[in-house]
Amino acid sequence: MTKYYGELLAVDHVSFTVGRGEFFGFLGPNGAGKTTTVRMLTGVIRADEGSASISGHRVGTLKAKQIAGVVPEMANAYADLSAWDNLMLMAELYGIPASVARERGISLMQEMGLYPRKDSLVKTYSRGMKQRLILCMALVSDPEVLFLDEPTSGLDVQSVRLIKDLLQGLNAKGKTIFLTTHDMDEANQLCDRVAIINQGKIVAIDAPEKLRMATSGMHSVEISFDNVVSPEVLANIPGVNTVKKLGDKCRLYTTNPGELVVSLINYSSSNGLKIISLNTLAPSLEDAFMALTEKRGKDV
Amino acid sequence: MSDLGTVLQQARRSLAIARKDIRIYYSKGPVIIFGVLFPVFLFLSFTIGRDLSVDFMIPGLVGMILFFTATSISPIVVPWEAQARTLERLMSCPVRIETIIVGDILASFAFGVGISLITIMLGLFLGVTISSPFIFAIAVILAAFCFASLGTVFSIPPTNMPSTVNMISSVVKFPVVFISGIFIPLDELPTWGQAVAYISPLTYFTDIARYSIQGRGHLPIAIDLLVLLAFTALFLVVAMKLHQRTMPRRI
Repeated sequence: MTKYYGELLAVDHVSFTVGRGEFFGFLGPNGAGKTTTVRMLTGVIRADEGSASISGHRVGTLKAKQIAGVVPEMANAYADLSAWDNLMLMAELYGIPASVARERGISLMQEMGLYPRKDSLVKTYSRGMKQRLILCMALVSDPEVLFLDEPTSGLDVQSVRLIKDLLQGLNAKGKTIFLTTHDMDEANQLCDRVAIINQGKIVAIDAPEKLRMATSGMHSVEISFDNVVSPEVLANIPGVNTVKKLGDKCRLYTTNPGELVVSLINYSSSNGLKIISLNTLAPSLEDAFMALTEKRGKDV
Repeated sequence: MSDLGTVLQQARRSLAIARKDIRIYYSKGPVIIFGVLFPVFLFLSFTIGRDLSVDFMIPGLVGMILFFTATSISPIVVPWEAQARTLERLMSCPVRIETIIVGDILASFAFGVGISLITIMLGLFLGVTISSPFIFAIAVILAAFCFASLGTVFSIPPTNMPSTVNMISSVVKFPVVFISGIFIPLDELPTWGQAVAYISPLTYFTDIARYSIQGRGHLPIAIDLLVLLAFTALFLVVAMKLHQRTMPRRI
């Protein structure tokens, strides 16, 4: 799918498949085209080129919308209605029979810790409570596929934990989940596969672990000495690609962490320094993300 | 699902949207001020001190109240929801854009009919008699739907500021009130004035109201009803077609 906003090419021939029951992450920096892609998939805006389908139904059709639950980015529930009325409105718009909707509504609100406040107006809810309610609203139709656009962004720890647990539980029950996020830890913990999008193009799709391990040159050694050693000095040690100062320690990126550890021990003993801590680190998903998005930025 | 089944399904969802609008927007400040208080005070300022009969005043008052109330909610719902960030959620539901627009029209229609009934009751209390109640009832219902549809035309420009839409609708609504036979009967207007009056849908409702209460209208009732129907169809088609283009641009 491709989408232009005037002259700006927001999404550039993005193409991917998500398997039934998969937890799929969509990662990218701000302005990369994540939300535009989700909006095309949820039928809110139309693609200028290309198309997509959900369980065989073309996106934007009533059938495709009927089987999808959506948590849009920065969405709000109706502040002048109670949480319960918001939930029942969604059920009506999805054509869910009232008795089924009531049963599901009670269960979802209990699970999200909102049931005691179900009759309060949404305007009295905190941001975390509103987001949990929006998730309940997306689930009241028992959708096959769930689209979530930055669902935990800016929320309190308790709400984030509740939402993550719920999503994992739903995925375990077979729901397909499409999650956009820029939180690497979240993607790493939750997703079976992630796509990384940058400047409107997908730069990688794979399992988080595979993406991490494929990031050559991003292994690192974290070291701290009993005395201050400048990063410039450490950068001259053989095998060090780059050095990043992190508080009282330094992270040294390398392609060969084993050899670097030996070099660091030799360096410390020859300079009369004592090593306080030494850790070798595999590349994180964040490292993979940075490497992939920066590479793409340089290519452009 | 068959086409008829889909139509019925979407009609039920339009009603759900209308119920939501009724609960949220009927008590909003701009709706009360521009929809109810404003036409009442405008009418009073043009009638107090003039030697006018109740039979002349009530058709004009009902026309004005119906016009302002039925066009007070439908223009603001979409920009309001875009601003409050509830529109994207609504658009991702299995409802067509037409379903959303019809829901907003129904809420505005019910508001127009409800407030107009109060005005009609006031007229009856003041001794007005409605000689053609059936035609009058049909006219109120048709005109309320027509004006509510016009309201959704005002909200076509993809601004997310309800105040901008209120400004656009006021620019249209005020001149319409003055050319529609509310304050000066059509018979007393010069030929060019009558020609201008014919482009206003409110003219045809006021004419039916005068026929139903004063016993005489300027145009045949069938023409009034047909033209109101034609205006309704025109506003609906324009609103449906153009909101299809502009609603996604609000997100």
